[in-house]
Amino acid sequence: MSTPRKLRVATVSLAGCFGCHMSLLDIDEHVFALLDKVELDRSPLTDLKTCGPCDIGLVEGGVCNSENVHVLREFRAQCKTLVAMGACAINGGLPAQRNHLDVGQCLSAVFQSRPGMDTAEVPDDPELPLPLDKVHPIHEVVRVDYFLPGCPPSGEAIWQFISDLLAGRTPRVSYPLLHFD
Amino acid sequence: MSQPTFLLDGQSVPFDDGQMILEAARAAGRYIPHLCWHPDFPPHGSCKLCVVKVAGRHVSACATPARAGAEVESDTPEINTERRTLLQMLFVEGNHFCPACEKSGDCQLQAMAYDLEMTTPRFRHFFPDRPVDASHPEVLLDFNRCIYCELCVRASREQDGKAVFALTGRGINKKLAVNAESGRLADTDFAANDKAAHICPVGVILKKRVGFAVPIGERTYDRAPLHEVALPKLEGDT
Amino acid sequence: MALGAWNARVDDVLKRFGGRPEHLLQMLIALQETENWLPPEALTALASALKLPRARVEGVVGFYSFLHAQPVGQYRLLFSDNIIDRMLGSEALMARLCHSLWLAPGQVSEDGLVSVDVTSCTGLGDQGPAMLVNGRAIAALNEDRIDIICELIRQKLALDAWPAELFELENTIHQRDALLSCAAQPGDALQAAIAMGRDAWLSQVQVSRLRGRGGAGFTTAVKWLACRDAPATEKIVVCNADEGEPGTFKDRVLLNAHADLVFEGMTLAAWAVGARRGFLYLRGEYLNLRPALEATLARRRAEGWLGASIGGAAGFDFDIEIHLGAGAYVCGEETALLESLEGKRGTPRIRPPFPVTHGYLGLPTVVNNVETLAKCCLIALNGGAAFAATGTAQSAGTKLLSVSGDCERPGIYEFPFGVTVRQVLDACGATDTLAVQVGGAAGITLAPYEFGRRVAFEDVPTAGAFMVFNDTRDMFEVAHNFVRFFAHESCGFCTPCRVGTSLLAGTLDKLAEGKGSPADLLEIEDLDRLLKQASHCGLGSAAPNPVIDGLQKFRPAYERHLMHADFSPAFDLDGALRRARQITGRDDAGAHLPQQPEASR
Repeated sequence: MSTPRKLRVATVSLAGCFGCHMSLLDIDEHVFALLDKVELDRSPLTDLKTCGPCDIGLVEGGVCNSENVHVLREFRAQCKTLVAMGACAINGGLPAQRNHLDVGQCLSAVFQSRPGMDTAEVPDDPELPLPLDKVHPIHEVVRVDYFLPGCPPSGEAIWQFISDLLAGRTPRVSYPLLHFD
Repeated sequence: MSQPTFLLDGQSVPFDDGQMILEAARAAGRYIPHLCWHPDFPPHGSCKLCVVKVAGRHVSACATPARAGAEVESDTPEINTERRTLLQMLFVEGNHFCPACEKSGDCQLQAMAYDLEMTTPRFRHFFPDRPVDASHPEVLLDFNRCIYCELCVRASREQDGKAVFALTGRGINKKLAVNAESGRLADTDFAANDKAAHICPVGVILKKRVGFAVPIGERTYDRAPLHEVALPKLEGDT
Repeated sequence: MALGAWNARVDDVLKRFGGRPEHLLQMLIALQETENWLPPEALTALASALKLPRARVEGVVGFYSFLHAQPVGQYRLLFSDNIIDRMLGSEALMARLCHSLWLAPGQVSEDGLVSVDVTSCTGLGDQGPAMLVNGRAIAALNEDRIDIICELIRQKLALDAWPAELFELENTIHQRDALLSCAAQPGDALQAAIAMGRDAWLSQVQVSRLRGRGGAGFTTAVKWLACRDAPATEKIVVCNADEGEPGTFKDRVLLNAHADLVFEGMTLAAWAVGARRGFLYLRGEYLNLRPALEATLARRRAEGWLGASIGGAAGFDFDIEIHLGAGAYVCGEETALLESLEGKRGTPRIRPPFPVTHGYLGLPTVVNNVETLAKCCLIALNGGAAFAATGTAQSAGTKLLSVSGDCERPGIYEFPFGVTVRQVLDACGATDTLAVQVGGAAGITLAPYEFGRRVAFEDVPTAGAFMVFNDTRDMFEVAHNFVRFFAHESCGFCTPCRVGTSLLAGTLDKLAEGKGSPADLLEIEDLDRLLKQASHCGLGSAAPNPVIDGLQKFRPAYERHLMHADFSPAFDLDGALRRARQITGRDDAGAHLPQQPEASR
């Protein structure tokens, strides 16, 4: 039997804090075992800016602006298996705590109502992605295959989850690794 | 005459005449999930997490009298999937942001989601706008997490003799109301040592300044899963 | 109005109703008459006068659509929003009215004069589109009538001074059988039953095989027997006139044209079970029937058919009180109705115990439908055997059908049970029929290949709604209308119905906006199953019926609303950027989002 090909994995943080990525690095020595089995495509770890065809996509963070929508769609189009990793990707998380506020008022509060910025305008550079009126979990924008809860999920939970995926097992996160906080 | 029994997932459970399926199962050390049911009160039947299948029909175990010889299905993939969907509905209808909730680790909704391995709320979120009420000196009300079990309504009415809480609105616009024209808890006769202050299964009614006295990781459901904690022998622990 | 004024008003209302908490709903309805809404101080005043927790009073106000804790217009216009009203042009008429009065639906005009909104089916499908003006029904709306109404409002003319013909309702009876051609005089049936004696009368009801006409079809005699035998000194008879099922209006016609038969039926029930008190629970939408009903009750009291020693039978004392509903379909469910009669939120109770042993205020109670009770007169007059001679094996007697929709002669048709759907369609002059919705929103959708099926408990059961749709109609839109109705009417008690009906309505909204995907059809089926299995009462378990039938029999109508993608967001992506575009003043390409990724469109 030939050596199985390495699986291509992409990761991204949308409206997240990179905490899930930090937790991913927390798998410690398993990182070697992981790198034996996978090669990374687009990821904060590779600094690649676009995503090629992949086996697995790990998405941290929810969808808070138009850029998040484009990136998430790219991931969905390129990744055979798409995983929502962490609370924000799963239910919007901390960024979604703005959902009961008017986004227009948020923007003007930030850019126009602060001391010393009285005359400032809300930035209108086309380079900047516009924020959506509400932050959404990623499953409300694309189809998602698996969910790994946690804020962040522990390194142990991430390692078990990825090991399941790599081995072709349906990933299962159960007590005591399953946490929403 | 020997005590009548029914079968719960194939195992015999004895019961007394008039006893509900859930009660009899608990007495026999068998757990059926529940959120709105509480041993101090008559069955309520609103959360539907205690759904079981009897003779092909899905019924609330808390409100269905046990019958001799009945075959009750509870811990089956079909029923647990149904329960998981109900949990998902409760999660999307409110704002349940566990990482910022003082009740995390002590919350029955969260613990049940762990028990039933719910990893996603699945549906679209309603993201309702529900302001918190911090008016009371000792207790905070965070309506974002209310699951309408009415335990506080019942405890305040039946145990505290006060009727501090009631439900108003209808359907998805239902909400918890406070017994004051201002709508503020501070303007009621609510007290921090009321029974109603300690009965919320989720994080709506919270005593101020003690939220993190027990660190995350050492809380009720960090130590043992809900299906163990909820059984009578451990009821006093919660 | 100052607090003092409210206290005086509350005193008046208290005097009228005797200050019993079970009259809370009735008192709130009466208290609302002055200002059209119930300000916070009014609730505080009423709660303290009744010594009830204020939150309980607030909870009751919040439950009923026709009670308002927020200001509404002096003229409050509610357009009936059943699919039949829509097919008759209600939406365009509402737009015309709003345009003419310069306001938007759901808003109160700036001067506080008028507000416009929609409401669930008002029971006038035979003569729609219909609306309620401060609770009073106006049918047969058209552009002329809308313009007249706008003018009357601009003139601020009091409702009582509006032309009486605006409020006239027709009794559109097109086919009469035993019940609608009954020529008995008030008291005839009672005299016959009294002559038989209580037990023999109940045996005649048993022989008749009469089953409940409200839809569930429970055997009436079994209910009555259980109530009679329940150990209590006081028993209650309730007539369920909360005819809220969309497309039904036969109870309206019975109460309007044959009120004596209904009240006599209630009195016959009281004779059988030994009740001394009766209630007619009249849906709020039928407010304009009330004066005539009260007059009929007064006449029957004067004639000795209500009151003490009825028909000369010593100890046969019985009287009837009318209670109004206030816009809550769920109160048609008998235990929710009892809660509402007790002045509470209309939340269905846990059963058992059943109302026959623990009903109104815990007393043994029979709750029967309007038509069921009227039919009892026929049994008393002609005997149970004669009654059982028509109909089918399991469905004795005749059935009133409320026919509406695409046909030449919408109205009431009385047929013996067993009539085929085809026969009814022929009778009402329906052609090119695509589908018939039998039994209202909670009922069953029949496709043409099923038009040979029979209206009967053993085949197509129904409380009487029979809505006809011709081949120009979109059956997705029909189901969409019904599901929104259920989401609006869910009491919110149990999780599956409270959240599930809203999720289902949201998914159908998504399809209606053309944003649906195959994944949504799977989700719909999943929600359907959960609602059906896990709901606390019939509202939740019936809510998915139109969609289940629709997906089975009219699937292409749903598929037409899908995008060709395996997944599509429920929310409007580009719309979600609107506010940010506004505040930044941007409109470049990057300031927009397509609903679907470019490649898959």
